[in-house]
Amino acid sequence: MNMTVILITLVLLAASSYYVGLKKSVSIQKSEKLHSAPIYHGSLLAIYSLIVSLLFILIWRLFENYLYPEFSLSKNLIFFLSLLVFLITALIVFLKIEKNFRAREKVENIIEIFLLICSTVAILITIGILLSVIFEATRFFSMVPITDFLFGTHWSPQIPIREDQVGSSGAFGAIPLFTGTFLIAFIAMIIAGPIGLMSAIYMSEYATKKTRDIIKPLTEILAGIPTVVYGFFAVIVVAPFIRSSGEYFGLNIASESALAAGLVMGIMIIPFVSSISDDVINAVPQNLKDGSLGVGATKSETIVKVIIPAALPGIIGGLLLAISRAIGETMIVVMAAGMSANLTANPLEAVTTVTVQILVLLVGDQEFDSPKTLAAFALGLVLFFMTLILNYVALNIVRKYREQYE
Amino acid sequence: MFDNEELLKETKSQALNSETVGDIHVDDPRIIAKNINVFYGDKPAINNASIDIGKNEVLAMIGPSGCGKSTFLRCLNRMNDTIDACRVEGELFLDNENILDKKTDVVSLRAKVGMVFQKPNPFPKSIYDNVAYGPKIHGMAKNKIELDEIVFKSLDKAGLFEEVKDRLDAPGTSISGGQQQRLCIARTIAVSPEVILMDEPCSALDPIATAKIEELIYDLKKNFTIVIVTHAMQQAARVSQRTAYFHLGNLVEVGPTSKIFTTPQHKLTESYITGRFG
Amino acid sequence: MNNLKSRIAKEKRFKAYGIISITTALTLLTILFVSIFSQGYTAFQETRIQLPVYFDQEILDPNKTNDWNIIKKANFNGLVKQSIRNLFPEVSGRSNKRKLYKIVSSSAEYQIRNIVNNDLSIIGSKQNIWVLADDDVDMLIKGNINRNLPENERRIDDQELMWIEYLESENLIKKVFNKTLFSSGDSSESEQSGILVALLGSFYALLITLVLSFPIGIATAVYLEEFAPKDNKFVDFIEVNINNLAAVPSIIFGLLGLAIFLNFFEMPRSAPLVGGMVLSLMTLPRIIIPARAALKSVPPSIREGALGLGASNVQAVFNHVLPIATPGMLTGTIIGMAQALGESAPLLIIGMVAFIVDIPQGFTDPATTLPVQIYLWADTPERGFVERTAAVIMVLLIFLVLMNSLAIYLRKKFEKNIT
Ligand SMILES: Nc1ncnc2c1ncn2[C@@H]1O[C@H](COP(=O)(O)OP(=O)(O)OP(=O)(O)O)[C@@H](O)[C@H]1O
Ligand SMILES: [Mg+2]
Repeated sequence: MNMTVILITLVLLAASSYYVGLKKSVSIQKSEKLHSAPIYHGSLLAIYSLIVSLLFILIWRLFENYLYPEFSLSKNLIFFLSLLVFLITALIVFLKIEKNFRAREKVENIIEIFLLICSTVAILITIGILLSVIFEATRFFSMVPITDFLFGTHWSPQIPIREDQVGSSGAFGAIPLFTGTFLIAFIAMIIAGPIGLMSAIYMSEYATKKTRDIIKPLTEILAGIPTVVYGFFAVIVVAPFIRSSGEYFGLNIASESALAAGLVMGIMIIPFVSSISDDVINAVPQNLKDGSLGVGATKSETIVKVIIPAALPGIIGGLLLAISRAIGETMIVVMAAGMSANLTANPLEAVTTVTVQILVLLVGDQEFDSPKTLAAFALGLVLFFMTLILNYVALNIVRKYREQYE
Repeated sequence: MFDNEELLKETKSQALNSETVGDIHVDDPRIIAKNINVFYGDKPAINNASIDIGKNEVLAMIGPSGCGKSTFLRCLNRMNDTIDACRVEGELFLDNENILDKKTDVVSLRAKVGMVFQKPNPFPKSIYDNVAYGPKIHGMAKNKIELDEIVFKSLDKAGLFEEVKDRLDAPGTSISGGQQQRLCIARTIAVSPEVILMDEPCSALDPIATAKIEELIYDLKKNFTIVIVTHAMQQAARVSQRTAYFHLGNLVEVGPTSKIFTTPQHKLTESYITGRFG
Repeated sequence: MNNLKSRIAKEKRFKAYGIISITTALTLLTILFVSIFSQGYTAFQETRIQLPVYFDQEILDPNKTNDWNIIKKANFNGLVKQSIRNLFPEVSGRSNKRKLYKIVSSSAEYQIRNIVNNDLSIIGSKQNIWVLADDDVDMLIKGNINRNLPENERRIDDQELMWIEYLESENLIKKVFNKTLFSSGDSSESEQSGILVALLGSFYALLITLVLSFPIGIATAVYLEEFAPKDNKFVDFIEVNINNLAAVPSIIFGLLGLAIFLNFFEMPRSAPLVGGMVLSLMTLPRIIIPARAALKSVPPSIREGALGLGASNVQAVFNHVLPIATPGMLTGTIIGMAQALGESAPLLIIGMVAFIVDIPQGFTDPATTLPVQIYLWADTPERGFVERTAAVIMVLLIFLVLMNSLAIYLRKKFEKNIT
């Protein structure tokens, strides 16, 4: 008697008890006015009995597995007991059905509880992230001191190949990864910040409605392109272009460079920056603008002296969100920035980032007792908190800003 | 000008604890409101209002904007429950049951005390489904034939049947504003309420549509108790038997409509009737 | 007055910056599309060569068994080679012959084998069969290898070029629609590789994502927007969590999938099932947030109308608010699904990055997805794969455009609904 049979039987029972409840309440309805429509009586009978019997089975399984592993009753017994529980519950509910029975309220309570349970999934996901990242990261820090990790400048996670080379584990100084991450994010922001901001200003202050209607969707297309496509673009167009222009100036640039990755990431982030700035600029009250235009200022003077200062907190918040995007982005950097952990500020060299290393460490064979694999989770922990803080700060700034003009 | 300011000052001084002038009681009450106080957060919106609403009468509620007419009306079927900040105190009896009691089932209350809103708000469904919705959720029809009957009768009572009988499948939002409002009335009638609350039902309508609704109210009076909020004093005069005048949250005066409009007893009522503020 | 002039000049300059910015963004977009399309469009065709195949009884079934189990072990490769030699009888010498054999793809052998399998009576007859050309030949025919370059700078030498030009002059070589691309899995030979595994993997994973995240997401949005008590700490906490999850880098969800789904619950690696689960965690907040906005914009008068008739809260929401908000909520869901379709980082971590030839039969068979396939092929320097990578991107973009158009259509409908 396996689980599916039990479940199917219970569902069939539920269907028939729905019908029984419906019948009884309909027959009451013939002579008296019911509090709840008949379908609620039927549904309550079915749902309630089903839930109680399923809970019974669940509790039984826990009981059986954890308390008395040796005391394992036959599956048949569970089957009959759960049927019994179902029938008893159904009978109790059935007897309660009368004209004043508030079946609708009870069904609706069950619905609301179900919805509430669904909305706690978000919390479970966060807990899941924290558990998985923190647990493995703690194991990593028991092998590699946290200070070595955070402040070390040498990153080479490859563990020696021969078994007998005891003690000589790789180096896990993550500073080069952090600098690489920030270098690329910095380049990306140099591209996306001004272009995104200026586009937003033009779109909200100068462009006609017609232009806006055409250009907005186009920039939204930029936002919808998968990052792996940008990665491919970086590899086949941008990197060769940078290398050949470098050759033109007599520079020798690697095919994988921070510049290529940063440039392409900048392109990716432009629509993000411009749509946030657009929202923020539009939130600046019209009377502020009118006041400035009214004293004879030009549009650009109004924008620079009135709108941007007023919108500044919102813009900064938006830029912080964009930075957090750039830091967490994986595919572009893994395809265009390279794997070598150089501690450098030179954008023409190859660098590596936190996300790239997480990927590199985890793709392929994983050994969950070696610091090499666990290091990925430590990096994940850092990344999670870095983006969390950035987002938290940014969202707060933006919210405060919005409230100010509401 | 001067007159008006004087009056306002006076109003402020007696804003609280004012006694209602006129006769708040009727012989055959359907609803009895006793000492109703309503607050939005800490802000009082209704102060100690008491009034009876008789069977098969049309009670008009008038008063300047923001005086609490809607607030009071929404107490009568506990629509105020939907506003989080709103708190209602006092006693409200419908058929000898205090409907402000926590235990009262608001859903069946609202089936008994239906409501028509200021702006017509038909559901974006067919005309038929708009009217059929209430009977369906209350399980009032055992089959399609009974449902049809309820729907047609309600549309007929709302004076809409002839106009829409060929397009019952058309969306409720596709008919004119006046028709929409009558559809909303039909929708309310369909659940056979005892009382119908109307909050400025004609304010979004043109004069012709308004005249139709007023006629309808006159007809409905035979079967229902009606409480109507209105800004148009003419309308109150035309459709109602009794009138209640609200001012800054106070129920200032209640009386037979003819009396209120001809010989108001309270100074505030008089000023309002004669159009000195509004 | 001079002052005014400079101010006007400044104004013009400022406006020009704006125009330059937008033009730059759009130019970059254009370059991106043009470069991908120009690289990729040729991949939708493949080159085939007509071989005069003699299904020699001696080679295939010398004992006349007529039994496939015996025939299938025959030397089909030899048959192909013989057919090629028939085409160029003048070629002699071992190394020349070996070079000659390489103008057709190694898949020709399997193609011939299949033909025999389908119809044993073909044995003994002569047939002209269009077989797949080798990828270098394919590149040359498509013009991706320049014939005018000096011999040592191209992958096809003069002798091979001569053969190909002979085939061209005899009309024995042609380009046809690339069925292989859509009907096979990965392969180390670019001309034999296809995206069916990735297509199915994406499909299965997205199906799981939809099934998991859509109901939970909508239920959450409905709860928070319609039923949750206001000013409640727990509800606030849920909201904070959702907003944060929406901004967590996708790769972190891969870590969760690895640690919890694969290691703790011991689910299969590389499976679309797990991929879909990971993607659904990521998609959930992206469904919830727009769904809440859609619910919020349903006019309260609708809700009031229902309540005024004696509908309960639940009835008002399910009978009236939800139907109106549905197109809006679907818009958000589709955009969320489109993002999930383009996502790759977390999938790499749970092992959906692998060389997979076999077509997945279900949710637990190893598979890749379209973006992962792009990542895998983009790493291969061969020209044949570059072309195919760009082609996969085009396929992916077509799906995304379709999804987004649907989303825009629904959004329009929703906006009409609520006015
Ligand atoms: N949801 C609410 N929250 C807070 N205060 C409210 C709310 N609704 C009404 N009020 C306040 O309660 C008072 C009475 O409002 P109400 O809507 O009952 O007036 P009214 O007489 O119906 O006015 P009108 O003729 O303009 O409809 C007003 O001061 C109003 O500002
Ligand atoms: Mg009002």
